Order: sequence, then structure tokens, then C-alpha cells
Amino acid sequence: MGKTRDHLGRPVVAVTGMGVVSSLGQGVDDNWAALTAGKSGIHRITRFPTDHMRTTIAGTVDFLFPDEVRSPVLSERLARLAAEEAVSESGIGAPGDFPGMLFMAVPPVEIEWPARRDFFAGTDGATGDAYDRMIQSVLQLNDPDTYEFALYGCVADRIADHFGTRGAPIGLSTACASGASAIQLGVEAIRRGDTDAALVIGTDGSVRIEGLVRFSLLSALSTSNDDPEKASRPFSKDRDGFVMAEGAGALVLEDYDAARARGAKILGIVRGIAEKADDFHRTRSTPDGKPVIAAIRQALDDGGAAIEDVDYVNAHGTGTPENDKMEAMSLEAVFGERMKSLPISSNKSMIGHTLTAAGAIEAVFSLKTILSGVVPPTINYETPDPSIPLDVVPNVARSAPVSMVLSNSFGFGGQNACLLIAAEPA
Amino acid sequence: MSGAANDVLVTGIGLISSLGEGLDAHWQALAVDGASPTAPETEKFKPFPVFPMVPLELDRQIPRRADQRQMETWQRLGTYTAGLALADAGLAGDLDRLARMDMVVAAGGGERDLAVDGQILEGLETAADPASFLNEHLANDLRPTLFLAQLSNLLAGNISIVHKVTGSSRTFMGEEIAGVSAVEVAARRIAAGQGDLFLVGAAYNAERKDMLLSLAMGRTLWQGAPKTVWQRGSAGEGGMITGSAGAFLVLESRAHAEARGRAAYAKLTGVLSGRSRRGPGEAAAVASRQFDELSRHFGGFTPAVLSGANGIAATTAEERALWEDLAADERVAGIRATQTLIGNAIEADFPIRVALAALAIGRRGFYLPTDDTGIERPAETPSKILATSWGFWRGEGMALVEAAG
Repeated sequence: MGKTRDHLGRPVVAVTGMGVVSSLGQGVDDNWAALTAGKSGIHRITRFPTDHMRTTIAGTVDFLFPDEVRSPVLSERLARLAAEEAVSESGIGAPGDFPGMLFMAVPPVEIEWPARRDFFAGTDGATGDAYDRMIQSVLQLNDPDTYEFALYGCVADRIADHFGTRGAPIGLSTACASGASAIQLGVEAIRRGDTDAALVIGTDGSVRIEGLVRFSLLSALSTSNDDPEKASRPFSKDRDGFVMAEGAGALVLEDYDAARARGAKILGIVRGIAEKADDFHRTRSTPDGKPVIAAIRQALDDGGAAIEDVDYVNAHGTGTPENDKMEAMSLEAVFGERMKSLPISSNKSMIGHTLTAAGAIEAVFSLKTILSGVVPPTINYETPDPSIPLDVVPNVARSAPVSMVLSNSFGFGGQNACLLIAAEPA
Repeated sequence: MSGAANDVLVTGIGLISSLGEGLDAHWQALAVDGASPTAPETEKFKPFPVFPMVPLELDRQIPRRADQRQMETWQRLGTYTAGLALADAGLAGDLDRLARMDMVVAAGGGERDLAVDGQILEGLETAADPASFLNEHLANDLRPTLFLAQLSNLLAGNISIVHKVTGSSRTFMGEEIAGVSAVEVAARRIAAGQGDLFLVGAAYNAERKDMLLSLAMGRTLWQGAPKTVWQRGSAGEGGMITGSAGAFLVLESRAHAEARGRAAYAKLTGVLSGRSRRGPGEAAAVASRQFDELSRHFGGFTPAVLSGANGIAATTAEERALWEDLAADERVAGIRATQTLIGNAIEADFPIRVALAALAIGRRGFYLPTDDTGIERPAETPSKILATSWGFWRGEGMALVEAAG
């Protein structure tokens, strides 16, 4: 633990490496080029047939495996690629020897339909109901991969093994706020002095038939199937839901002084973190926005920042009617008049909603915004919503100096997490 | 003896299992009778025995039926147990404190609609176009709200809704080690001043074939008549018996507890998580390092051990050898494997054992031996207790619990 302290006397947490994979491609550079060009990664689903589906589009990552693989296999690969990029950029440790802890947002796992069908098909002579028969079938099976990838701890453990992180990895899920939660846990551990470095990852490779059905049954998904690239329309009046997507984001967090001491390039600072649970409903926010407002205010307080210090909001911006309205209303409550001129944009207009990975991917893009002085746009913004009078950076990226970003992540189950990400102190 | 303001105290415990509901029921079974009042379920889930949950009056902690309907069983068990813990800590309905109480839950999730799965699997065998059949039936047959009853973080979400715990809310996944990390992170945050009031725990519904299916794939489960953990651990490959249970702890800084005039069951002096690849001896090496690290707090006392051994032969033998060696050197005394009577409740496994350790410290007593293979011997009342949890797959955790002072 070094000597540099923040306004509350805590160690400062620097970002020294980052990586990303999304439907737009692999690597921060390719993603950033596409994102600032206003390119969409949303396309028709080809991974599985979509008969009988109300939604047939997604931002799946199809360039890593030629055939359908189990979700955790894809989630693990996405995480590994993003983390390799981040660790390599940071120059920390040695291959297979990361000198810090692992905090990792992973999608909940389960046995998937192809496996379930295989188990059931192998039940000649077995008795009982379908599950009795599958159990009898798997007792004859000797397939460690199938077994291990059905465990909740498997993906994080394999990543811990690959990178040689210290101690037991923490795998977590806070629904669509998971990526931000992983960053918060890493920041807290460094502030406590438990570790000088943390590898934090959000990954999601879980677009499968049942997941699509689940979100569809909750009426959460866009059904604008005809023109996939135009389906994700955050903040537009005609927005009709989010688009499921895949990807991973990874960051190397370090104690600021430790990073400086080893000559690392500082990409930015995680200045403030905040979280406030909502007790209103399993999928809907308290109507007056109180928990979201509290989370934003707490992030500012935690980072010792005033509202004038924030130059850009990287929105949760899912494109569901309710989220965008709630997010805009809560931001207006906190930022007041300033909100009219404060740029806010949704990466999800281009990469879709990467669910468990979103908070981490969007943190990477928030840092890129600071480093490059270019604000990525909200694309597909053709019909403004009069109830959301915000500067959403419509359709075209914009050059603007940005030194502090508020990044929002909200999830089912009343999860509200906010990050305040800033340039390296001068 | 007074301690530091940032000591981590256990001020509330919610506990449910096949042994009963609440602390008195668990004390009676484990410290007075040395036997369970509930027979293991040996028919419904054949060939696997399972420790069933005792009947609960859910309305007492989850008053709205609409809330109960929105949950699957593990969420109901967890939400119920969280309510017990809050009530035990004198926090139920204390909206001001609950609004800034932080929560760390360890969860699996994913309870499925077994009937729908079964119908679809049978239909797929004869469907002309199986993929289309699957899509059609998933879209039409799944209950729209089932998803919310499956999502890992929705146990925490339901606790927020029902009990109004609305500080931060985090859900860790990863079987037993998720339960270790949940307790560890909460304790570390309290010790570092990153929060002074936490609700930590987990729940597991063992009475479900979908979970047994996953565990059967790894051939981790004991088949046939139940035996003690140590007996199973020396019989062939051994195996674990899962058990339905819920365990939630209210953890609080000493300063916070004193300010509101609450007595504590015990102090959580250290919580350590670790991992190994489970090569021969590797798990014991992790646990041995954890023991050494915690031993600097022993202060001349010999701790008792609540072991998380689960009956799977390789790791149970390793953990047994570790404790028997330490017992031979008189560095531990009084070893008990609580899964013998409760089973493995996976994410809840470690929170259960920390709860039992805190209960024994608080009641100045200890638990009876429940095994006759020689490792569980009569013991004096310990002033310090080590609680372990070794995952059935990966992850090793250990905590030291002692008098709050």
C-alpha cells in the first residue's frame, strides 16, 4: 500500500490495463474504432433456430467458436481473451502469475438443453421420471468437462488457474449490474490494503434459447427483428426493449503508488463507487427513483466529486421503456439544470446489453472516452422522447475533453451500482 | 475484556435445517441429544439420501403470499432464514438501520420446472423437428416469472423486498467457497471500516432432482443408507449427502453493536479463503497454512474444530489426517463433522458452521460426538472454535470464532 490517499484518506485505485471482446470484435482498439464510428454489432441469431421466437436478433459473439458450445465455455473464453489483453497492457506480474486477487462477474450456470437431451437419450432401460432417468444416465458418464462447467464456481476457478491470481477467486452475480459489482469489490480490496492489484472481469456468453425465452416472457426484449442494427434504440421514443448480447470486459486495478513504482502507465482512476438496493419490485424500480438517485449521489460523495466535475455519463441505457425513463429522471434529480448539457450515451445502442459483462465493458469504454477525448454516440436515435430531454450524443461520436465519467449499471433484483471513473490526477 | 471498535461480532443468527428451526432446536440435537429428530429422506431421491427441511410456517417471515409465490424453494428458505437472523439481532422492522445494512449472499439458483422439462424431453424424442419443438414449448410452457425464481441474485433481491435490507447487495457464486467468501468479505469490510452492519448467508434446497443431477455427474453423492461423514470418507470413494438448510448471520462492528446495546454471540476473529487444484495433499496444505495464520490468535488456548469434511473419500481422509495430527500434538481438541447430521448445504455450508461455532461460544458449551471411528472424542467446552469448509470440488475456508469479550 502506497502513500497517495484520496479525499477520505484511502489508497487511490488506478487502472493499468484493460481488455474487451464484444459483438463488434476482439480487442479495445477494434471495439473503440467501431463504437466511435457508430457501428452496430447486432445481427440475426444463427447459433440456434429461432422458430416461434418473438425476438430473433442478438449481439452474440460468433467469431470464437464455429459451433454452439456450452455457455460457460464461451464465457470463459471471452473472459480469458479480455483479461489477457488487460494483463498484457498493464505489464504486471508474469504469464500465469498475476500478483493479486480475482473478482469476476459470471452468468449463473445450468445444464443446457443439448446436454439434457444427451442425458435423456442415454437412458435405455432406466426407470422413473425424466430426472430419475437422467441421473441414472449421468452416473455412468465420465466427462469431467461437462460436470465442471455445470458448477457455479468453474469459470472463475479456471480463470484463476490460467492467470495465477492469488487466493480463492470471487465469482459473483448481481444480474445486469454484475460487471460494476466486480469492479467495486476490487476497489474495496485495494482500498483495504488486502491486495495491491486485482484482476476484475465481467463476462457473458450466455445467449441460448432458454435465456432468450426467459427475457422475452418478461417482455424485456426488442422485437424489432427486421433491421437488427436499428433494434437497440436507447432514449428514443420508439424504443421497445433491450437486445441480448455477449462479450467481456477486463481491467487491471492497482494501488496507485504501487503502479507508479513499477513504472506502469496509468490509464485512469476508479474514483468513486456506490451501490443502493431497491426493495420495490423484482424487476421494476421504485417509481420516484430514490434508490438510483441515492446510488448516484453516493458515487459522487465516495469520489469526493461535485456535479460540475462530471463531464459525461456512460448510461445503463438498455432501451427498455422503463429503464431509460427512470435513469433520465434520476440523473435530472441529481444533476438538475446541468443535465440538459451533460452528454450521456448508451454503448448498448451498438453492442446490445451484455448483461453480466455490461458494467465491466462499459467501464473500459468510459476510460477510452477519457483517454481519447471522443464521446461514443447513442445510435438509432431518430425519434427523440420528449420526456427525456437529454443530450444523448445522437448518432455521431463527438470530440470533447472528458476527465470524469459516471457509469451506471442497474439489474433485476433491485441492483443499482454506480462508478465514478476519472483521468489520472495531474 | 473489551476489544477493538472494529471487531467483527456475530449479533444475530438465523438457522434452519433438518434438525429444526432456530438455535434451540439445533442446540438440542447437536449438544444435548447428539441425534437428529428428523429421519433422512431415503426414498424420494433414490439412490441418494437427502436431509429434508423441517416444515416451516413461511407466513411468519414472509407475510405476503404474493411474495412467496414469486420465489422458488431455496429463495423462500433463504428469505425466511434472513428474517430469523434479523429478528434475532433485534433489527426486524428497524427501517433506518436496514436501509444502510449491507448484504452478501452466497447462492446457486436455477431451480427448474421439472414437469415442463420432463414433458419437453419426452416430446423431443418423437418430434419431427426437435429444435422447433423445443422453442415452441419453452415459449409456451415456461411460467413467465420462473426466471426470477431461478436467478442467483434474486435471493438477495427478495430479502430486500421482504425485509427491507437495502444497503449494498452482492451475490457470490461458486458452491461452498462462495459461502466462505461471503463471510470473509463482510468481515474484512467491517474490520476496515467499509461498513458496520452486514447480513450474510445462504440457503440450499437439497430436495430437488435438478441439483442432484449436476452433483451426480461428478459422482460426488453417497448412495444407500446414511453413515457418518468419517465412515463415508473411509468407504471406497465415499460421497456426500446433501441437506436442505438456511443460515444467515448478522455481523456487526463492536462499536455499532455497543451503540445499540446488543450483546453478541461471539467474535469472528479471522476468516480465510483459499484454493488449490486438489492434487493429493494440496487442500490440506492450504488448510494447514490457514491454521498457522489463525493460530497467532489462539493465545495459549486449544481450539475445537467444526469440520466441513463432507464424506468424499479423498478430501475427507486428507482433512482427517490434518486434524488427527494436530490433535496428537494437542494443538486442537474436540473435532466434530457437522455434515453427519445436517448434510452438505453447499453455499450455506460454511455459514451454518460459523453459526454453530458462534452458538457454542455464546452458550459456553460444545457439541457431542456423532461418530464412532475415533476422531470425534469427548471434549471440554472450548473458548475458541475453528470452522472449516472444503468444497466438494474446489475451495478451502477456515474461520476462528471466540468469545466476544
